[in-house]
Amino acid sequence: MRAAFVLVLLLMAATPAGAVLPDEMLADPVLEARARDISKNLRCLVCQNQSIDDSDAGLARDLRVIVRERLVAGDSDSAVVDFVVDRYGDFVLLNPPFKATTYVLWIGPVVIGTFGLLAVVVFFRRRHATASGEAPAPLSDEEKKRLDALIEDRSE
Amino acid sequence: MIPELGHFALILALSVALIQAVVPLVGAQRGDAQWMAVARPAALVQFVLVAIAFACLTQAYVTSDFSVLNVARNSHSAKPMLYKISGVWANHEGSMLLWVLILALFGSAVAAFGRNLPQALGARVLSVQAMIGIGFLAFILFTSNPFERLLVAPADGRGLNPLLQDPGLAFHPPFLYLGYVGFSMAFSFAIAALIEGRVDATWARWVRPWTLAAWSFLTVGIGLGSWWAYYELGWGGWWFWDPVENASFMPWLAGTALLHSSVVVEKRDTLKGWTVFLAIVAFSLSLLGTFLVRSGVLTSVHTFAADPARGVFILALLIIVIGGSLALFAVRAPALRAGGLFQPISREGGLLLNNLIMTTAAAAVLLGTLYPLFLDAVGGGKVSVGAPFFNAVFIPLMVPMLAAMAVGPFLAWKRGDLGGALGRLKAALMIALAVAVGTWFVVADGSVLALLGMAVAAWLFVGTASELAARVRLFRVPMAESLRRLVHLQRASWGMTIAHAGLAVTVAGMTASAAWKTESIQTMQPGDSVAVAGYTFTFRGARRAAGPNYLAIRGTFEVSEDGRALTTLYPEKRTYPVEGRPTTEAAIHSMFLGDLYAVIGDADEKGGFVTRLYFNPLLAWIWAGALIMVAGGVVSLSDRRHRIGAPARRQRAAAGGAQPAAS
Amino acid sequence: MRRLFFFMPLAVFAVLAVYFALGLGMDPKIIPSALIDKPVPQFTLPPIDGGAKQGFSDAELKGRVSVINVFASWCIPCKAEHPLITRLAGMGVATVYGLNYKDEAADALKWLTNLGDPYHRIGADRDGRVGIDWGVYGVPETFVVDAQGRIHHKHVGPLTQKSLEGELLPIIRTLSQ
Repeated sequence: MRAAFVLVLLLMAATPAGAVLPDEMLADPVLEARARDISKNLRCLVCQNQSIDDSDAGLARDLRVIVRERLVAGDSDSAVVDFVVDRYGDFVLLNPPFKATTYVLWIGPVVIGTFGLLAVVVFFRRRHATASGEAPAPLSDEEKKRLDALIEDRSE
Repeated sequence: MIPELGHFALILALSVALIQAVVPLVGAQRGDAQWMAVARPAALVQFVLVAIAFACLTQAYVTSDFSVLNVARNSHSAKPMLYKISGVWANHEGSMLLWVLILALFGSAVAAFGRNLPQALGARVLSVQAMIGIGFLAFILFTSNPFERLLVAPADGRGLNPLLQDPGLAFHPPFLYLGYVGFSMAFSFAIAALIEGRVDATWARWVRPWTLAAWSFLTVGIGLGSWWAYYELGWGGWWFWDPVENASFMPWLAGTALLHSSVVVEKRDTLKGWTVFLAIVAFSLSLLGTFLVRSGVLTSVHTFAADPARGVFILALLIIVIGGSLALFAVRAPALRAGGLFQPISREGGLLLNNLIMTTAAAAVLLGTLYPLFLDAVGGGKVSVGAPFFNAVFIPLMVPMLAAMAVGPFLAWKRGDLGGALGRLKAALMIALAVAVGTWFVVADGSVLALLGMAVAAWLFVGTASELAARVRLFRVPMAESLRRLVHLQRASWGMTIAHAGLAVTVAGMTASAAWKTESIQTMQPGDSVAVAGYTFTFRGARRAAGPNYLAIRGTFEVSEDGRALTTLYPEKRTYPVEGRPTTEAAIHSMFLGDLYAVIGDADEKGGFVTRLYFNPLLAWIWAGALIMVAGGVVSLSDRRHRIGAPARRQRAAAGGAQPAAS
Repeated sequence: MRRLFFFMPLAVFAVLAVYFALGLGMDPKIIPSALIDKPVPQFTLPPIDGGAKQGFSDAELKGRVSVINVFASWCIPCKAEHPLITRLAGMGVATVYGLNYKDEAADALKWLTNLGDPYHRIGADRDGRVGIDWGVYGVPETFVVDAQGRIHHKHVGPLTQKSLEGELLPIIRTLSQ
């Protein structure tokens, strides 16, 4: 499973040894914590599903440094994220934004869950109806045929 | 000569599989016992042939026969023996061969132990197994031949990716495949049942052990993979919602649902169509995982197999197997009539709730994994779907499920008493609240979600224990009587109790390690000390060390707590000269309350080293819980009702165990 | 109605299969540029240290269709596409600029001496910051910029005969009209 993933990691020239280096880190712990949170949600472009916080790729390091520079310059978290998105597009967001292209993604699980729940409700209703209903549902053609066959079997 | 023998054996295996697919099936339709009887020996012969092929490839690896392309690409003479052997399946071709070997193994297990299966059912099951085998054998022979030769053998091989040279990863694929392919058994039974048009308690009793076994193997496989990621990738993470991980997680979710729904079929003769559907889905998701990982659809660069022909072949296979089985399902399943009735609040209702949540979860993972592909295919641009999405979807699904898991076992079949069940869970509720408050008190900065996670884990654990206590009537009857009941409890219910408790342990580990991890990244000179979560790590310097096929920088960290020496950690940064790639080996000291985790990085000019030190609270609980779950699976597997084949087996052994001619 | 219900899984799978078939033909590694139809970012790049060619800035990219080729001496595919860049520059349909990405000056100059220097001007992006402003994520990449200084197209990876003739040249020709 991860075997394959690792091949990428290597192909993309990373050493898998954690990412953030001491010389990049900000002295102010509050800013540094913000930088880490932002970095964890920005995708490393040259990696397989890794954040820039996890990646050793050169570009990931450059972006980490930029994130910190922007924070030091006084940018808000969303301004920093926008700075990167302006250059690389939504692809860098590990947490996909809720917009036209991702409605299906975000609403999908809710729809699936609701559909499943509805199916369960229908299942109980139907079974309840057939169980408590005075007259059982008439036999379908196929059932009649099977019943006939069974009776024949017996009579042989 | 030996690789050619292996290739030849594989071709023969394909021919046998063709016979095994056709003759018994036709026999079963016609009611011809002789034709049906072909299935068993064919399955055994097919297994022997694939085993010969596998042995031939292993021989090439063990003896470093670099005239075989596959060996030259993925092995090296200086590699330790363990990794020469694991190298057999650490590449596309070899791993497919392992896949087929395990498939044939399961087929032959049915042939060997399934003597008391109804003959027609057995013949059909083995025929379906052989059809899957045909697909994969053809895939290997036509697109991924591991026995391909080089005209001129190189002096040495290119070596194996050093990250794969690791005991955790050496055994990860075999377990994963035992799980994936294990679901093929439930699948074959499901298809056979659809052909026969009959699903009953006996059928469920046949399917359950195979599903339990597959589920247990898959749990081990996933656990090994994430454990490896934890100690080898060097930043303390263990699950990344990577497509390749999701590929193994989806069948696990579907398989878990199948385990639970087959109980309903067995006990209450209902939910039949649904159970058959889950059996198809669990294996289909296994196949889908294979496709996603190997076709390059999602992750082009990593490609195990960057060959488009392979992608097309697997897709065709997928369409035939999944499309075919779902079409059969659509046509035949409506004829499966439900038996026992039950109220929403009942044991069946609880199991159905599990199914609802598990399948929703599997569908959500599938959607998230495939969404970038969908969007791209319709020209909507590229998006990434990462951990935040999956966490956002998963947590709201898992919390109610974990909460319900404690209640379900208290409910009676047919019609349960929710109030009564909740009344018996008072202790669990109290302890869950106490855990939440206590945790908040200890960590002081717990997020609500993390506290909820701990509380739910405690609720499930104590709730499961309460159910066991209620079952043996603890404190209601004399202790000796309770003990006697405990011993005589059915293995299957023991399995449930153990597995549920295991999940509680895992959830606690996941929550705590995610919420309260302490990390410290810095440059350290020898002699420097850093305090991490109350533990003092003192760096005693680093020196060079040499392994069988690598060079390493090995750091020494003495860890103390309140001035008392606790342990010494030796993390390494290794360089593999043949492959020219580095790896990190984290040093981990696991304790009951958490892991001490140290990683050493590069040296700077002044003799300092970049070090990453972590305290990961309750981290080992994740895998401890997974092992407990597997133990639950194994205990349940040992239930007498699951071994209805046992007496027949013993008789056969007494009769001299004559094997069909293996040629 | 009830029977149709049982066909739903099959229908869902059929849709999936179509997407998979489409997916086989796509490359998930290629990320489209977020800067298409946007003006080129503001930048000023110095020349390669010790090189004869001038550097360039966004101001120069107006007035004529230009091609910006991101290259580096450490990049092996760059060597492979180099003859095609040379050919493109020789055709004179667009001004070809080189963006020397994260390279050592001496290495870059040696590379240009050995393989030839097709570029009109070369800017040295030592720290890769201008590259990031352009949304560069791998080398080589090639941008086509129209006469108004808007980015029109980005090609990721080495140019091939096919991508040059089938992709880049038609765009350049349209933009030049």
